Amino acid sequence: MRQTLLESLTHGSLTEPAPSPDDAALAELAKAVDRAAQAKLGRSLAIRQVDAGSCNGCELEIHALSNAFYDIERFGLRFVASPRHADVLLVTGPVTKNMRQALERTYNATPDPKWVVAVGGCAADGGLFRDSYACVGGVADVVPVDLHIKGCPPSPTDLLKGLLALLEHVGGKG
Amino acid sequence: MGLLDTIPYKTVVPAHRPWPRAVVAETGWRAAVNHLVGGRLTLLAFWAESATVHMALFDAASSEVAVVSYECASGAFPSVAIHHPPALRLERTIHDLFGLTPTGAGDLRPWLDHHAWGKSYPLAGRNASRDAVPYTFLPAEGEALHQVAVGPVHAGTIEPGHFRFTANGEHVVRLEQWLGYTHKGIESLMQGASLEAAAKLANRTSGDSAAAYAFAFARAAEAALDIEAPRRATLLRALMAELERLANHFGDIGAICNDASFALMHAQTGILRERCLRAADLAFGHRLMMDVIVPGGVTRDVASEGVSALRALLAEIEKVFPRLIELYDNTASLQDRTVTTGIVTMDYARQFGAGGYVGRASGRNFDARRSLAHAPYDELSFEVPVLEAGDVNARVWIRIREVEQSVGLIAQILDRLAAGEIRIALPSGHGDCEGIALAEGFRGDVLVWLRLGGDGRVERCHLRDASWFQWPLLETAIEGNIIADFPLCNKSFNCSYSGVDL
Repeated sequence: MRQTLLESLTHGSLTEPAPSPDDAALAELAKAVDRAAQAKLGRSLAIRQVDAGSCNGCELEIHALSNAFYDIERFGLRFVASPRHADVLLVTGPVTKNMRQALERTYNATPDPKWVVAVGGCAADGGLFRDSYACVGGVADVVPVDLHIKGCPPSPTDLLKGLLALLEHVGGKG
Repeated sequence: MGLLDTIPYKTVVPAHRPWPRAVVAETGWRAAVNHLVGGRLTLLAFWAESATVHMALFDAASSEVAVVSYECASGAFPSVAIHHPPALRLERTIHDLFGLTPTGAGDLRPWLDHHAWGKSYPLAGRNASRDAVPYTFLPAEGEALHQVAVGPVHAGTIEPGHFRFTANGEHVVRLEQWLGYTHKGIESLMQGASLEAAAKLANRTSGDSAAAYAFAFARAAEAALDIEAPRRATLLRALMAELERLANHFGDIGAICNDASFALMHAQTGILRERCLRAADLAFGHRLMMDVIVPGGVTRDVASEGVSALRALLAEIEKVFPRLIELYDNTASLQDRTVTTGIVTMDYARQFGAGGYVGRASGRNFDARRSLAHAPYDELSFEVPVLEAGDVNARVWIRIREVEQSVGLIAQILDRLAAGEIRIALPSGHGDCEGIALAEGFRGDVLVWLRLGGDGRVERCHLRDASWFQWPLLETAIEGNIIADFPLCNKSFNCSYSGVDL
């Protein structure tokens, strides 16, 4: 094992260059930030992930953001355990009716200023589950959404682009 | 049809493939339940239609499968769960969705129905109402006991569910789970859907098992239609299933160690998992390989740069993984947390028919790839590791051994990939037909049963995740352990929420 540790010290970093902020995401975000007109947070965002009924595919890719390749914390983005510590709610799923109240409570427990990012096709409009008796539809049908990150599921790079767009606006235009 | 010899039945349903389905009266239903209680048969699945309940049964001695169906003339059927506990959650689900009442049931609390849908018995096809009453957890009483309520929103990036711990100091005396939060009505959406649309839904039943679900769904549809996918497609399907298994096992081995405060392993296996997903993306155009496996074959061939990426992946795993195994095996602080923690007894694993690493770490020697062998696994060489300790450590070791087997399987498949068709057209003009199939997902066997109408649309489809028979065992595994070891136990199971909530 000592050999593995020494090798990992010498073979250099696996992290890849930061992607540029996504244009469509930026445009949508600009509107949301104008509306919110919140105070500058500084270059740091605490993210609380909420699964509101997804198949877990989005969660797998959100997990991947923390691996050695994407290493999300280098951008000042970190995942926190409680909505009370969070600036951003990262919400997935078609919002099942059984999760609606939990999502509302999580939103209400998050202090202002706060942003909601809807992740994946289901979170945008319910996706394949839109017409089900058991689903509400999209995240925006339950809580105000500031940004959508599309994909089924979005790749870690797509997630990173969206989050960076959010970070630049939250941090730079307060 | 040996399995049905000891179960009196009325008729055998035509065009149900590949195993028989028999309609039984009450004596036949009770005979089947008695065989489950006595351990001669294992319950594979238990589901309903608006006026019928079905059980899929497995005879381990002869490797036979059969389905028995009971027609609920008065909207009721003899309770299975009152005699055979593994049926309990499925029986409560049947009541929630269809309003069919298990006669003599000891527990009819709602399971999926949280009184939020705006209607009762949504799949019953008739209007009926049900009183909304607050959910009651099972009692645990004693002077020094206290309760800890967790979820549905958890502290990590995981699926939602509720856990109610009753503890005496640090020690858990009872855990009760309440799930259903991710219930999306998948089986309702499948009714009347085209095979293509239903396959997409199957892919998204449990995102970590997209290939396994698609594999089982496609094979069930092909069984119903009495067709076979081309050989190259079959090999590619198994390739995807093994790649999915590798990615998930790497993720889990690391996550278990991380919950034992050993982050180094998490970082290292996270690299291997990411390399699997990137190879999958290069080979099949999607990191989780969604929507590639469909009835009739696969939608895309493996890209040539994908084959070299897969070969490079295998070489990387063979170089790095043995060192990680050595690290796991030689770190006393890690072993201290995993050995003898969260034990599932062999009796429970057998009674519940627990699949995957949960069953195989507790002596249940079942793997759908071998026990119900199908193409291409019937021509590939691999071993099914089995241990008996049933603790977190045993579940880690089963995963480690399965990684080694999957690497071998992918290498064999790549060597056998000959040019050929990857998809055949589905027949039209067939009559009503039914099919059933199992695929071995990373966490255990996924079962799909479906009925197709003459127009090729899905009339009814049931998807059964391995987790149905694993979640209840987690409740027993944590008893007597400390609350702080729950994340470790839970991660070693890694049961699906979406897969059972549907």
